[in-house]
Amino acid sequence: MMPFNHMKDYLTRQEALSFAVLALVLLVLLPLSLDVMRLNQVGKYLSFAFVAVGLVLCWGYGGILSLGQGIFYGLGGYAMAMYLKLEASSPQNTLIQTTPGIPDFMDWNRITELPWFWEPFYSLTFAIIAIVVLPSIVAYLIGVAMFKRRVGGVYFAIITQSIAAILTILIIGQQGLTGGINGITDLRTLKGWDIHTDVANYVFYFLCVFLLFVCLLIAQFIKKSKTGRILIAMRGQEDRVRFSGYDIANFKTFVFVVGAAFSGIGGAMFTLQEGFMSPSFVGVVPSIEMVIFCAVGGRLSLVGAVYGALLVNIAKTTFGETFPELWLFAMGLIFIGIVLGLPNGLAGVYSTWLAPKVDEMLNRLLGHEKQNQEIYTSIPIVKQGVVS
Amino acid sequence: MFSDFSTAELMAIFAMQGFAGLILFAVFILMALGLAIIFGQMGVINMAHGEFMILGAYVTYLTSTLFSTHAPDLFGAYFFFAIVFAFFAAALLGALVEWSMIRFLYHRPLDTLLATWGLSLILQQAYRSIFGAREVGVVIPDWLMGSYQLTDMIEVPINGIFVMCLALAATVFVITLMYRSRWGMQVRAVVQNRQMAGAVGINSAKVDRMTFALGCGIAGVAGSAFTMIGSTGPSSGQLYIVDTFLVVVFGGAGSLLGTVASAFSISQSQSILEFFMGGSMAKVLTLLIVVMILMFRPQGLFSLKVRR
Repeated sequence: MMPFNHMKDYLTRQEALSFAVLALVLLVLLPLSLDVMRLNQVGKYLSFAFVAVGLVLCWGYGGILSLGQGIFYGLGGYAMAMYLKLEASSPQNTLIQTTPGIPDFMDWNRITELPWFWEPFYSLTFAIIAIVVLPSIVAYLIGVAMFKRRVGGVYFAIITQSIAAILTILIIGQQGLTGGINGITDLRTLKGWDIHTDVANYVFYFLCVFLLFVCLLIAQFIKKSKTGRILIAMRGQEDRVRFSGYDIANFKTFVFVVGAAFSGIGGAMFTLQEGFMSPSFVGVVPSIEMVIFCAVGGRLSLVGAVYGALLVNIAKTTFGETFPELWLFAMGLIFIGIVLGLPNGLAGVYSTWLAPKVDEMLNRLLGHEKQNQEIYTSIPIVKQGVVS
Repeated sequence: MFSDFSTAELMAIFAMQGFAGLILFAVFILMALGLAIIFGQMGVINMAHGEFMILGAYVTYLTSTLFSTHAPDLFGAYFFFAIVFAFFAAALLGALVEWSMIRFLYHRPLDTLLATWGLSLILQQAYRSIFGAREVGVVIPDWLMGSYQLTDMIEVPINGIFVMCLALAATVFVITLMYRSRWGMQVRAVVQNRQMAGAVGINSAKVDRMTFALGCGIAGVAGSAFTMIGSTGPSSGQLYIVDTFLVVVFGGAGSLLGTVASAFSISQSQSILEFFMGGSMAKVLTLLIVVMILMFRPQGLFSLKVRR
């Protein structure tokens, strides 16, 4: 039951090359050239790449712009953080509290009993399942409710944005249950293993890269499968696909759920590497920033999305530290410039200018002439129909 | 939650909270009117709308300092000048933005969102560089201070009444403009069918620019009103953008009357719930109800039928 007849149906030569280069950069180049602290930072940036890859599927291919990816990132991150927090607040560690054995912020808020929804997070297995399943369920509910009623485009963007806002206000408001605006901090160990040592940082970094590649390969599979074709068709002419007998809502919900699950994993990886989770990664602003990572990298390129997340974050930290004032101007101008001038992002620049040359070089290297002509230019962005 | 209060107390609470809600309603309606024109009529998602509002607030602040240093005798009247200045400053910036950015993106509505987000970052940083990161407040003239004692339990602040009158006047003005003027007819024609509107001789590019400028100008007026009830900082506008979008969508894009109705219901429920369950939960509950209703009725309360 292989859906692809040949390997090259799944991965063209150019795509294989770009995956290989990315693997080289992430697995060899960066670990060798950066010290542990910087590498840990790169790992955190990569956790946003999960979201950006999900957005390539949802937005670039499906034409669904979600401004609420922070919801799923946050759910995944909080699921992980809740497990780690419970481990950090064992009765021995929290003897000085009025009620030992509950997280410190609950004690400060005069809560004497662990709330019911925290209970299952004593189990690591449950937490790991929750990281993927919880965002998926939420995305499924939102997706079914919206797409079955043919809500799309701008409306979908605004409603997901509102949900992100609601979730942030809720987390901040319920300080005793969620840790409030500070988030869940002071996470120490995972199954008794200190998560702040250099070894742990290396392990988490490589785990993060590994999971990112798993997500990338799944996304590549979806992109090249029949579902991917239907998504592109849907983005261009939704009605025609509907008249051909496909249930649009199911395809949209599917791709939205996949994007949410990826984001959840990203959030969990962030928590592990940063050592805390807070509502500042859930709300409206971070959610838009995630879309921007995807737009800068190229909304049609999976690998591009990873570079987008990395580059924007690196630029944000380095410029942001040195020229905090200029940086916001630069960032604003970059967004406007990308949207106006390079709607396909950095990947678009690569595929129009560099890809033909690279391909020519490869042909010469491998010694065959003009074999299997590939289409360099990515699929042009079709006008997204104005929704009423 | 009602059982702890006597009926008379409940009535007073509802009246007071309801009135506090009316001030929120005024800010919502002024913000949402501009957005309803830009989003509802043009389909452009203007994420920088809050920053246009803050521009109006800063212009009001500048006007008030200008009057207090150069014309202290006229200080009582500065607010009326400030409204006019705020309107034109925001409208001018709006026209500039439309010309340089938005007009290239009309066929890509989702992309307007990203570009205007970039614009909002630039504007915020510009305010921070020019006016400083600290929040500024205006001195409210004497005749707007104080409150009016309605009964012994209910009192009403005068600046609240003033802001509300301003909002109502703006609403009447916009509705008249859109439905009773030649220009409004052109705008509605372009919304319904751009090609046909062009074919009968309407300069749709010019109509777009004026519409966008008008929407931004009203946001500037909202900023003037905002100075009455809050202090102005570089990122104050961002707090209102999500609510405002919900107000517009909930009311039904393209329907100004719907915008008024939804601004009223959202602000009132938020304000009344606030008394019983605290600010953040009231907001969560209100927004949640709105989102739920939108899931069942995506077209909003009132919807305009547009032929696609």
